Amino acid sequence: MAVKTRRYSARDVTILVIGLGVAIVVNVGLIWGPTLASVGLSGTDWNGIGPIEWIGGQNYADLADEYPPFWSAVRNNLLWLGFLGLIATPFGLFCAVLLDRRLRLSRVYQSALYMPVVLSLAVVGFIAQLVYSSDYGVLNAVSGLTVDWLGDRSINIWVVMVAAGWRHVGYVMIIYLAGLKAVDPALKEAAAIDGASESQTFFRVVFPTLRPINVIVLVITVIEALRAFDIVYAINRGRNGLELLSVLVTENIVGEASRIGFGSAIAVILLAISLGFIVTYLSQLFREER
Amino acid sequence: MNQRMPISRRNLILGAAATFGVPAVLAGCGSDQPATPGKASGSSLGTVTIGSNASDEVPKKSLASVLESFTSAQVKINTVDHNTFQENINRYLRGTPEDVFTWFAGYRMQFFAEQGLATDISDVWRDIGGGYTPAFKAASTGSDGKQYFVPFTYYPWAVFYRKSLWAEKGYEPPATLDEFTALARKMKADGLIPVAFADKDGWPAMGTFDIINMRTNGYDFHISLMAGKESWTDPRVRQVFDTWRGLMEFHQPAALGRTWQEAAQSLQQKKTGMYLLGMFVAQQFPESERDDIDFFTFPEINPAYGTDSIDAPIDGYMISAKAKNAEGAKALLKHLAQASSQNIATKLDPGTLAASSEADTSGYSALQKRGAELVSKASHIAQFLDRDTRPDFASTVMIPSLQSFVGKPNEIDSLLTGIEKQKANIFR
Repeated sequence: MAVKTRRYSARDVTILVIGLGVAIVVNVGLIWGPTLASVGLSGTDWNGIGPIEWIGGQNYADLADEYPPFWSAVRNNLLWLGFLGLIATPFGLFCAVLLDRRLRLSRVYQSALYMPVVLSLAVVGFIAQLVYSSDYGVLNAVSGLTVDWLGDRSINIWVVMVAAGWRHVGYVMIIYLAGLKAVDPALKEAAAIDGASESQTFFRVVFPTLRPINVIVLVITVIEALRAFDIVYAINRGRNGLELLSVLVTENIVGEASRIGFGSAIAVILLAISLGFIVTYLSQLFREER
Repeated sequence: MNQRMPISRRNLILGAAATFGVPAVLAGCGSDQPATPGKASGSSLGTVTIGSNASDEVPKKSLASVLESFTSAQVKINTVDHNTFQENINRYLRGTPEDVFTWFAGYRMQFFAEQGLATDISDVWRDIGGGYTPAFKAASTGSDGKQYFVPFTYYPWAVFYRKSLWAEKGYEPPATLDEFTALARKMKADGLIPVAFADKDGWPAMGTFDIINMRTNGYDFHISLMAGKESWTDPRVRQVFDTWRGLMEFHQPAALGRTWQEAAQSLQQKKTGMYLLGMFVAQQFPESERDDIDFFTFPEINPAYGTDSIDAPIDGYMISAKAKNAEGAKALLKHLAQASSQNIATKLDPGTLAASSEADTSGYSALQKRGAELVSKASHIAQFLDRDTRPDFASTVMIPSLQSFVGKPNEIDSLLTGIEKQKANIFR
């Protein structure tokens, strides 16, 4: 059997090598290399100076059994995701729908809601301290309460999520608002002629046409939840009830006597959680394209 | 601390460390030139470089002033933001460090000496040893018995109060724990919060733990516990937390949401009666009220140990193992060890004391004088929890654990079991 092979000229090969090669080098060097290095280091005990000692899964066992901040961080990351996904994002959509109805002063509301988005989350963290501080905070001063909003570990994660949500709502709102403006008014008219109620029009007609926007918003929400770091770091360095996986990675790896192996193990867990979402999202995407 | 916390205590007040860091680094580059131009003729020892974490204005100025009188070599200072310097110390010392660098005494110094990242300066100590008390020498000595560190300045921890408030109410400094409790009760009856307290930053509670442990179990046990040689489930450690729990009702509530600056302000505003902190508490008082600050050392708990130990963290200088100009660096350390050099620094920065026992104390403020007297009476000087133990243990285990104790003072047993397990993983 003669196998028909295609011949590449020297020029083709050069172009292939440059075109593919650069992409591969960048991809391996910046993404796969560090990822695999983290996974490898997570099985070791290393302080960044001395010899690297292989200890297998010991770091993971220590994490799960003996490191109290770990479970607290996992819980907080999931809460964060749940809060942004189930409360802040729908509320952003709700605001977008209201503003799309051309209320009076809608521009004013729109700017007010969008304003926090231009702030970095670290700045939101500083603002949150001015509001929630138990001694000089606005909230206690106005309400006359003496609640330790940021120090009490049973409530601080919630008030911090509200502060993070404050910014997230504006972000989601502006994306949905753009999407809603692009919906063909003829669709709504047709639905109205067919006797659909307001809510039926929205849920059966408008919302499905927003599908591409929904995907973007979903991805943004997941990313925001997993990368949350700056706001809690600005408030109390992510301790005492505000632990997040990203903070624990930093806390353990960066610093004087780095626990690089232990920190890498936490980073691998964060990677696994992220991969869970990415794989689900991509497989969903490919299935529909087929 | 601000693991990044330890001495960043002072830095914390400046808040936005990030925005602060950039100008500091830039300023560092700017000053990266011989500090003594035109004196090349007298510079027999070439050029010595210093890696400095003195990014705050006052310490930076004081270091520059101290170096003006050093003529046997040219000096280049590279100033890096305080927290950044501390966090990157590992990479810094393995990379291309300057000849001399700023660092802390005690375990924090020993840790890097053991890794072979510092130069043995026992020969320097033969010249300068006479100027230091044995306690300072011990704090500069590595686990191999050689010296690696030259103490420059330090500040003691004590219980601070306002003289005017105490005179008005007729309070007397307590000498024993019972008197302390009685005083706290009286303050409570007078409508004051007896003990100001804050632990949002994670490190201030370490000061309370240190002092109760040293008063109850003595300095030797404390240091051995810090070195990972004792069990945290030991009844002696439990005793410390029991005593502390008993005092909790007198502590300012909601401490985990408060910074030490806010707690110090409550002391200044006479809302709280006393505050266990380092001498830097004075920073939160306006200049005119600083003479109204006084302190007493934490009262006796166990008569076997009395009040023989205190926390007094020492800042100073070391020579990196990779120093290019070791001779010049040693000459510079000798200069920094001189009482006259340290006096320049204590004049510019009233929150610190000179480490040399030959320093001239006549220029000290009233508070500085009292501080020096307190330290001279102590037979053991601890460096503060995060400097007396492994940095990773202090930041990833002790901070969350002490915060959890402050939040729930009744769950001592499970807390201590947890600390012991984590300790075993770190000190292996």
